[in-house]
Amino acid sequence: MGEENPVEIDEIMHIPDGYLSPSTCATLYLFAASGWYASLKRIKQLLATRAIPLISVFAAFSFVVMMFNVPLPGGTTGHAVGVGVAAIVLGPWGSILAISIALAIQALFFGDGGITTLGANCFNMAIVGSFTAYVVYRTIAANSNLRSRQRVLAAAVAGYVAINASALVTAVELGIQPMLFHDASGTPLYAPYPLHVAIPAMMIGHLTFAGLAEAVISAGMVSYLQRADLGLLRGVSGLVPPPGTIIPGTIIPGASPEPSRGRLWWAVALLMLFTPLGILAAGTAWGEWSSADLMNPHTREQIAAASGNHAPPSSVPVGIEKLSNLWTAPFPGYAPRFIRNPAFGYLLSAMFGVGFLVLASLLARALGRKWQRGSLRS
Amino acid sequence: MNRHSFLESTIQGFTRAVSKALQSEHAASQPGLLQQLDPRVRVIGILTLVVSVVICRRLEAIAAILLVAIAIAFAARVSLASLAKRVWLVVLGFTAVIALPALFITPGEPLFTAPALHLSISVQGMRTAVLLVLRVETAATLTTVLVLSTSWTQILKALRSLHLPAEIVTMLAMTHRYVFLLIETANQMFESRRSRTVGVLSGSERRKTTARTAGVLLSKSIELSQEVYLAMLSRGFRGDVRLLTDFRLKPRDYVGLTAFLFTGCLAVWMGR
Repeated sequence: MGEENPVEIDEIMHIPDGYLSPSTCATLYLFAASGWYASLKRIKQLLATRAIPLISVFAAFSFVVMMFNVPLPGGTTGHAVGVGVAAIVLGPWGSILAISIALAIQALFFGDGGITTLGANCFNMAIVGSFTAYVVYRTIAANSNLRSRQRVLAAAVAGYVAINASALVTAVELGIQPMLFHDASGTPLYAPYPLHVAIPAMMIGHLTFAGLAEAVISAGMVSYLQRADLGLLRGVSGLVPPPGTIIPGTIIPGASPEPSRGRLWWAVALLMLFTPLGILAAGTAWGEWSSADLMNPHTREQIAAASGNHAPPSSVPVGIEKLSNLWTAPFPGYAPRFIRNPAFGYLLSAMFGVGFLVLASLLARALGRKWQRGSLRS
Repeated sequence: MNRHSFLESTIQGFTRAVSKALQSEHAASQPGLLQQLDPRVRVIGILTLVVSVVICRRLEAIAAILLVAIAIAFAARVSLASLAKRVWLVVLGFTAVIALPALFITPGEPLFTAPALHLSISVQGMRTAVLLVLRVETAATLTTVLVLSTSWTQILKALRSLHLPAEIVTMLAMTHRYVFLLIETANQMFESRRSRTVGVLSGSERRKTTARTAGVLLSKSIELSQEVYLAMLSRGFRGDVRLLTDFRLKPRDYVGLTAFLFTGCLAVWMGR
């Protein structure tokens, strides 16, 4: 944030207090806390008593690497987060803890980066960054030799993609603020720019400088470790599975990936979070027209535009009219009537919908097991 | 660009971090009124105010908290000059630049129109920009006053008494300790590299130098963590972490805590 800062890591990604609403901060603290809990449990299982000194010293290393001025092509310099290397050497769980602790020290000791937004910053950089970097690195590196150029390339792409994924999540968090939190006169109460401004503004800087700085540091360090300290690329005592092992959920050429339930839940959670984005899509959802939409001249124009300029029938088809009275959804238009805010209604409907499906599938599984046991007994 | 500027600017960054840390340690040992309060009261009290700044929706309420924050800075013997240099100007230089376009692109009633430039500032744009800058200034002032008035060990003990897991508190403490050791190590590596650099380094040579230094630092860090682990084992570490929390609240701490909580709640009520 300027000359006075000791740690001038990518400034905008490091959200200060005041840019995010209290409810956004609380939600992201919750996400971050579940990430911290899961990683702490996992790391203690893998490392036992070695976990504390290893993660602490690695966090200190991450903190210092964030201060490095990385020379970029064209004569400028940038700062890296170091999440690429952390994920390669420690694996995603260790990387989450190390980067989070480095960010916490910046906020609590140096006063850089917000305290209410610490959860958001850890979620964006430590959690999203670590997982993205790890999956990209393992996918591209695949079964290649530890000394191969493929691994250097994998590290560069992993760092670049991870920083851009973090930046995108940050931009979405900032961009939904004016839509969700404004006063009666329409004044945005927190970050003032909507998604269509926030996303390009964030991504231009990250697709160029910040992403490049991370790629340079990740690739350079992997290339150095290949010659000087190959052991670290094998992972620190079992933290990262040895090369050649198939990680559930990663796509390795020639191997059929095994879907992992944990990753599925993460994907569902992310999809739920991004449901309000649907509001921003222009036009109508093709094929999801009600009989009222077919009669309204304005929506008729949109339907025609979405259907390759084929005009919809002039009257409502009899079948649609007959069936449309058959069932009224509990959440018409995806939002209960008492909720005025459409985005909140979307999110609530998503949560309700997913909750209902999960409950139904659990019930079906329980019934299935009971039936299986019954048939075994007979 | 200066041929060594990437080395110089990294070294300068390290020096700034260390001097900032020393400044905090020095300020924390001042006999200010705030420093007399129990660290838990300071941490909880100031965090309450930061949260209330984020909750408040009215400019007046946030401005009132800023005044309270300045009063607390006085009570902590933190000079306004250092606050201005360390917080206010920095935030202005960063957040104000970010908030500036909001004046023009936020839709709403026009406040001022420059017909020649086809630009108009909306009332809503003005309000959102001022709200953002004031909010960030106030929160950053409060955080800086806390950091400058409370030593790191006191912050950690306060976090522990707030039921943060002992492992996390220990990691924060150990990381803080090794940050300075690793800054020193990296600094020495950069300085020795600078002293041996003659002529102009090409772009790729510069990148290699930085990445190799980071690589060496990584190897050293992992070795260091193994040594620290052995040292911990030799002192009887078995994975359980026990921390001392020997704070006792005095009557003045209760008064301080009540004042903080009352101010926070009042501000939220005023700014709703």
